[in-house]
Amino acid sequence: MIPTQFDYVAPATVDDAVRELADAGDDGKVIAGGQSLLPVLRMRLAAPAKVIDIGRIPELRGIRDDGDAIVIGAMTTHYEVQRDPLVREHALLIATATDTVADPQVRHRGTFGGSIAHADPAGDLLAPALAMDAVMVVAGMDGRRSVPASEFFVDYFTTSMNPAELLVEVRVPKYTGWHAHYEKFHRVAQSWSMVGVAAMVRTDGGTIAEARIGLTNMAAVPVRARAVEQALVGQAATAENIKAAAEHAANGTSPASDGNADGEYRSHLARVLTGRALSAAIG
Amino acid sequence: MTATAEPEVGKARLRKEDARLITGRTRWTDNITLPGMLHLAVLRSPMAHARIVSIDTSAARDMPGVVAVLTATDLDPDGEIGMPCAWPITPDMRHPRRPVLAATEVNFAGEGVAVVAARSAAEAEDALEHIEVEYEDLPVVLDMEAALAEGAPLVHEDLGTNRSALWVFDSGEAGTGGDVEQAISDAEVKLTRRFRQQRLIPAFMEPRSTVVDPTGPQLTVWSSTQIPHILRVMTAMTLGVPEHKLRVVAPDVGGGFGGKIAVLPEEMMAALVARKLGKPVKWTESRSDAMLTAHHGRDQIQDITISATRDGMVTGLKVDLLADMGAYLGLVGPGVPLLGAFMFNAIYKIPAYRFACTNVFTNKTLTDAYRGAGRPEATFAIERMMDELAAELGMDPLELREKNWIRHDEFPFTTVAGLTYDSGNYEAATERAKQLFDYDGLRREQQARRASNDPVQLGIGISTYTEMCGLAPSRVLGSLAYGAGGWESASIRMLPTGKVEVVTGSSAHGQGHETAWSQIVADQLGVPFEDIEVLHGDTQFSPKGMDTYGSRSLAVGGTALVLAARRVLDKAKPVAAHMLECSVDDMEFTGGKFTVQGTDQSVGIQDVALAVFAAHDLPDGYEASLDSDATFDPENFSYPHGTHLCATEVDTETGRVSIRSYVCVDDVGKVVNPLIVEGQIHGGLAQGIAQALYEEAVHDESGTLTTGTFADYYLPSAADMPTFVTDRTETPSTTNPLGVKGVGEAGTIASTPAVVNSVIDAVRHMGVDDIEMPCSPMRVWQAIQGGAR
Ligand SMILES: Cc1cc2nc3c(=O)[nH]c(=O)nc-3n(C[C@H](O)[C@H](O)[C@H](O)COP(=O)(O)OP(=O)(O)OC[C@H]3O[C@@H](n4cnc5c(N)ncnc54)[C@H](O)[C@@H]3O)c2cc1C
Repeated sequence: MIPTQFDYVAPATVDDAVRELADAGDDGKVIAGGQSLLPVLRMRLAAPAKVIDIGRIPELRGIRDDGDAIVIGAMTTHYEVQRDPLVREHALLIATATDTVADPQVRHRGTFGGSIAHADPAGDLLAPALAMDAVMVVAGMDGRRSVPASEFFVDYFTTSMNPAELLVEVRVPKYTGWHAHYEKFHRVAQSWSMVGVAAMVRTDGGTIAEARIGLTNMAAVPVRARAVEQALVGQAATAENIKAAAEHAANGTSPASDGNADGEYRSHLARVLTGRALSAAIG
Repeated sequence: MTATAEPEVGKARLRKEDARLITGRTRWTDNITLPGMLHLAVLRSPMAHARIVSIDTSAARDMPGVVAVLTATDLDPDGEIGMPCAWPITPDMRHPRRPVLAATEVNFAGEGVAVVAARSAAEAEDALEHIEVEYEDLPVVLDMEAALAEGAPLVHEDLGTNRSALWVFDSGEAGTGGDVEQAISDAEVKLTRRFRQQRLIPAFMEPRSTVVDPTGPQLTVWSSTQIPHILRVMTAMTLGVPEHKLRVVAPDVGGGFGGKIAVLPEEMMAALVARKLGKPVKWTESRSDAMLTAHHGRDQIQDITISATRDGMVTGLKVDLLADMGAYLGLVGPGVPLLGAFMFNAIYKIPAYRFACTNVFTNKTLTDAYRGAGRPEATFAIERMMDELAAELGMDPLELREKNWIRHDEFPFTTVAGLTYDSGNYEAATERAKQLFDYDGLRREQQARRASNDPVQLGIGISTYTEMCGLAPSRVLGSLAYGAGGWESASIRMLPTGKVEVVTGSSAHGQGHETAWSQIVADQLGVPFEDIEVLHGDTQFSPKGMDTYGSRSLAVGGTALVLAARRVLDKAKPVAAHMLECSVDDMEFTGGKFTVQGTDQSVGIQDVALAVFAAHDLPDGYEASLDSDATFDPENFSYPHGTHLCATEVDTETGRVSIRSYVCVDDVGKVVNPLIVEGQIHGGLAQGIAQALYEEAVHDESGTLTTGTFADYYLPSAADMPTFVTDRTETPSTTNPLGVKGVGEAGTIASTPAVVNSVIDAVRHMGVDDIEMPCSPMRVWQAIQGGAR
């Protein structure tokens, strides 16, 4: 399959990229790792007049320590995220979720920012971002603004960025010392999640002091399993308590049905996998 | 035997073709570019069934780079051209004309309606979007039983029915066994089951591609095909191009799995367009088009009844099939179920058997051969039934099989389906598999897990299979109304410098012929492996062949090679005797040398080749050539067999199945190259496991394929496979001089029931006795919920 014809630009700075985007109006599209965009272009599901490659902008790459948060540049690849010591130490949930993304080839090309911006409800990095209250830093012609994850994901493949905005980086508050695990359920090794559970807990002695849980693919956008979080707080970290709390995982969700999983089965999986994610996190 | 001490046959040689195939630095069809070549793109119907009201190509013709936009009216104004079907299984088989491009009606989503020829592939693709087609909806029929119901919408109105053919084999009538109805009504135990063979997509790695050059003396067709020779004959017959004016080349071909045993409308289209425009053209499909329009496989509903005595002797087997042909008949599609008809009785001594198959039209992509073709379906059904019967009788499923199988001292054995199995040793293969698998230990663990209500249950699945391959004795094919023979040809040319060119009529597309054929010839002629080049797939230097499918290349084509090599030696012998000044009767040939018996005087075959080339001093009247041809037509099939044991863990909370261990002991007869055999087994297992657990082509109610990309068609990768434990027993086939059987399809045929049996075995105590394929987590979980209710 061959995409429709487009112009290609590769700006060197965020400002230039934003200008290119603004010039293109509705006809521009950013390309990061291209792992999701290229199939879309080749299947002619989109036909942008201009493709703006942000791969040559040094500012967008890399992970830095910024006090109470770590900051992940939008163009940082999955592979780099997986191996980054700051991520392992302060944002373990993102590391374990990234480990489950696709295959080594895709992880070497695909980017953290691209996954967030693409907003695929089956994408594995959205639920961790939500559970961690990550903040997206977005640049437009009027400067930069920060959007909390809870306001960033709007619908299937839709974010609150406008077409002329660029995701620059993601600020992830530090959760140093938290237990974390991402539990993914899928058909074959390199397929997307049918359901995924991003779970993170802080324990104090044998007691759960705080819990944060995000669900993948249980709605058009990632959702928090608040009822589970509440049920856990103050409880002893035992298998029974986890199991009981996990029973609330699908509360308030109305997951979609497809050939792989109907709504009932997805809800069931959310409950089982939440229990498993929590158990694995606490270890 | 050879110049080197060790025989080549049996050596685990790395494949000589791999470097170029793996790096892609070779001649795939799409890599071929000719001066002035135009690129073709096909507009495909989004509708599964519709009348074409109008096609407006004017806007597309004005697009940049476009040279022509053509429809059926342009390519075949009289509507005379129909794609060939070589297997009219019954005299009254209904065979609708499949046009090159649809003229008045489309019958499946993906059928071609127009073609653009442009200067670049991108421009051709762009222009497609500017062709306007007006369709008028027709009712869609997708389900086989609905298609056969009274008053069903018809795929082809003029046929008056969706039934293509009914084919029956009855052992009572054939005289090969008893009357099955009697056996069933007399039975102490009988079981009936319905199995569904889901639709599968062959998913070869290289999408199909064809280049046609109308300039020069012959119309030259390059195509990514498994069957260049058959394609040549069929193109001649379909388009009326005289056969001698046609050259067909299959350059390196990136896989097929049966999916490239086809004569494509696109190949005919490319030839017609090339002739019309007088320019070379290329058509290369996208992955999406390959998934949608290359023929699919399987898609049968199997109603099976088995009868037995209380102590476990099978007394009868009755098989009623519905086989989905899709919208038209493929090249051999109607016969695919017949390749299974002789295999349902498998390795068992079943006294009465009846098989009936109804081929049905639906508004879907056509189906045709896919790895195993008919035999995986049959093996699945019988091996599932043996497990169900064992459960019903409270017997160990291996014990039940042993009770019924043909013992090693009973060969040759003529089965209830009329085939004569020449050889086999099911006891030996099973014994070895049990050991490697730790059958008894796993059964104990299974008991323990059941007792402790472990959320992860263990299941053991068995498949003791055989298959008929090495297609095929031409007489048998004739008796089944197949349109061609089953022989194969080979030629050997001794070059002046002693190097050897081998031409085989069997056309490799990933199997490793170049390596295996070199090993065989090296032993036969005693020349070094490196001195042999194997050529295939071009009708210009290989005018005769029956190509590659049905695990036939080695058993049939390899034998032709041996016969040709013997002729080379026969021709060389008088020259050698002449050179050594002795009598032909005093010569012996070993290790590449002709030696005068009882002396150390000898001359090498490569020196004889040079002498024949120079021709200065040859025996009187000697025809100066060592080159030899041979054609081999087998008298019987070959019958690989084996025992596959699969242990799966079923997570009863989620329904996920994971394969814990997989042991197979296959008997593929003599082995030419163990690495190639191992590779074929591994790939075959992966493909069979994929049917059991992952793959399914799904259409929505409008007939749109909803699994048309690898994001939703779950093709497993190496990461999804367990470590296979493989071993072999070696019972030489007696149906060819090499003693080889076939290995191309064995893994696929055997593995699917082993896996499904093990899944069901894991949860049978929870009230489950069947799960439809693929055994997806949701299906397994739902079955467990259903069993508990
Ligand atoms: C075979 C395969 C398997 C996969 N499996 C998984 C999986 O299991 N789990 C998973 O989570 N993902 C999976 N992916 C997706 C993968 O993670 C992609 O890398 C990711 O979705 C997109 O990242 P990218 O850098 O490739 O973005 P691109 O494809 O370049 O872009 C994706 C979209 O985001 C937009 N975009 C990208 N960057 C920015 C930015 N900085 N600002 C604004 N917009 C931007 C683009 O315009 C485009 O619309 C898979 C992909 C493939 C090919």
